Amino acid sequence: MRCEHCHEREAIIHLTQIQNAQVTTLHLCEPCAAEKGVETGAPSGKVPLQDFLATLGKGGGGPAEAGTDVPCPACGATLQDFRQAGRLGCAECYTAFEGPLRDLLRRLHGSALHAGEAYAVEPAAAPAHAPAVPAGALGDLRERLRHAIETEDFELAAELRDRIRVLE
Amino acid sequence: MDLTLIPDGGLGWLDASGPHSHVVLSTRIRLARNLAGETFAGRASRDDRQRVLERVEAAWQGCEAAKGGVRVSLDTLAAEERQLLHERHLVSKELLASAADRPGTSATAVLLGDGVGAMVNEEDHLRLQTLQSGFALSAAYAALDRLDRALGARLPYAFHHEFGYLTACPTNAGTGLRASVLIHLPGLVHTKEIAKVLQGLTQVGLTFRGLYGEGSDVVGNFFQISNQTTLGKSEEDLLDHLGKIVRQVVVYEEQARQMLLREAPAIIEDKLWRAYGLLRYARSLSFEEAMNLLSGVRLGVGLNLIPGLGVYALNKLLIFAQPAHLAALEATHPHDPELRVARAAYVRRVLDDEAARA
Repeated sequence: MRCEHCHEREAIIHLTQIQNAQVTTLHLCEPCAAEKGVETGAPSGKVPLQDFLATLGKGGGGPAEAGTDVPCPACGATLQDFRQAGRLGCAECYTAFEGPLRDLLRRLHGSALHAGEAYAVEPAAAPAHAPAVPAGALGDLRERLRHAIETEDFELAAELRDRIRVLE
Repeated sequence: MDLTLIPDGGLGWLDASGPHSHVVLSTRIRLARNLAGETFAGRASRDDRQRVLERVEAAWQGCEAAKGGVRVSLDTLAAEERQLLHERHLVSKELLASAADRPGTSATAVLLGDGVGAMVNEEDHLRLQTLQSGFALSAAYAALDRLDRALGARLPYAFHHEFGYLTACPTNAGTGLRASVLIHLPGLVHTKEIAKVLQGLTQVGLTFRGLYGEGSDVVGNFFQISNQTTLGKSEEDLLDHLGKIVRQVVVYEEQARQMLLREAPAIIEDKLWRAYGLLRYARSLSFEEAMNLLSGVRLGVGLNLIPGLGVYALNKLLIFAQPAHLAALEATHPHDPELRVARAAYVRRVLDDEAARA
């Protein structure tokens, strides 16, 4: 079969399109397909970050969740900025927007808990102070986990479980 | 810019010495890192970016990798020279964009050592990277891990007890590790099995891209297969998983090649020799056409149908037939329409030399 576009080369790509319930099939050679922006192969498996971003801050977190216009205390970026740019402003943003980001990370990676190499800043390279784990948080989290399981809020339960593991 | 100052020109991986080099061209790993207490590069001011560059350069100088290495500031380079670095896979498209968005004041740089390097002020403060010949995930990671440890001991990385290494884009957080294998799959493309394989990749948490990484088209049947997620698994597990799947893809590719030979030997042989004939005698070649013909010739060499042609020569053509490389050779600009003629002449010369040596 000849390519329907250039009528020269052999058509090797058969593109079926459905538009307004109309099914059309295009027979194209590789160069013409490439020209039309059709890639040889399956659609890329790239995670549509923008889709995830659109849902950011809408649920997933507790009532104490920061609003989307509350700025990160370190760099001034807001969740709204992140939603638009797809990039965070600084490392502190991960703390400032911890709840929504944990949710996002879990959806992007299937987990929000780092399992790779641990990094400890060498004394020579260390900044003046490092954030400490809040004491007494563990009991509170366990209580919230019990409650989450009772009310069958498994998404929250998974998040709490991860956080407890980290603290432990 | 004198590219010969770069350790082995940044082209050591072209030597085709690595394992499975008939199918896998190269293995690349990068680690995304940021400095604690510094605003990420995208939001940083000009002074912030300059300070980050200075801190990174000071730390780099204390590393083993810096010995005999070079520091290239993109702000001092012309667009054509930046393009050359990109065509050699030494800097990303994003670093070029970061430099182009802030003419003269971007504080973007690439630090190049023996087989390892670091881009500064890309999307993250640091993108450590290595490129190795063939299918060499462990060797690549070992080299990069050394550089990462050396720099991490001299600079405070942004690290979160729960989320791991913190990156400007959450898709890179955790390990910050993206490993990708550049693989040539003409057998699977010709047997039309490629869609199935690529779809399979996405189902097991991997992704694929074209020759130049994110957002690039697939040309010449070259694919980059890499891990999709970076968080929740250890570096070892990420590399193991990718390695296992790539080995499987190599097996599929070999099976597809054997099937082509078995089912349609005359057609395949004719196709591959035609590709060789066109490359050997054409007087004008676009980059895409050259890549597609080279794909056929590479397959012919892999199947032992086309004798007397080394994979090294083919790898060299992949790099030097690119627009900025040809333009540098011809002392013209990369958009000169005459480049097609120069490309055909260059390809003929390399193939003639190979034929004379055989």
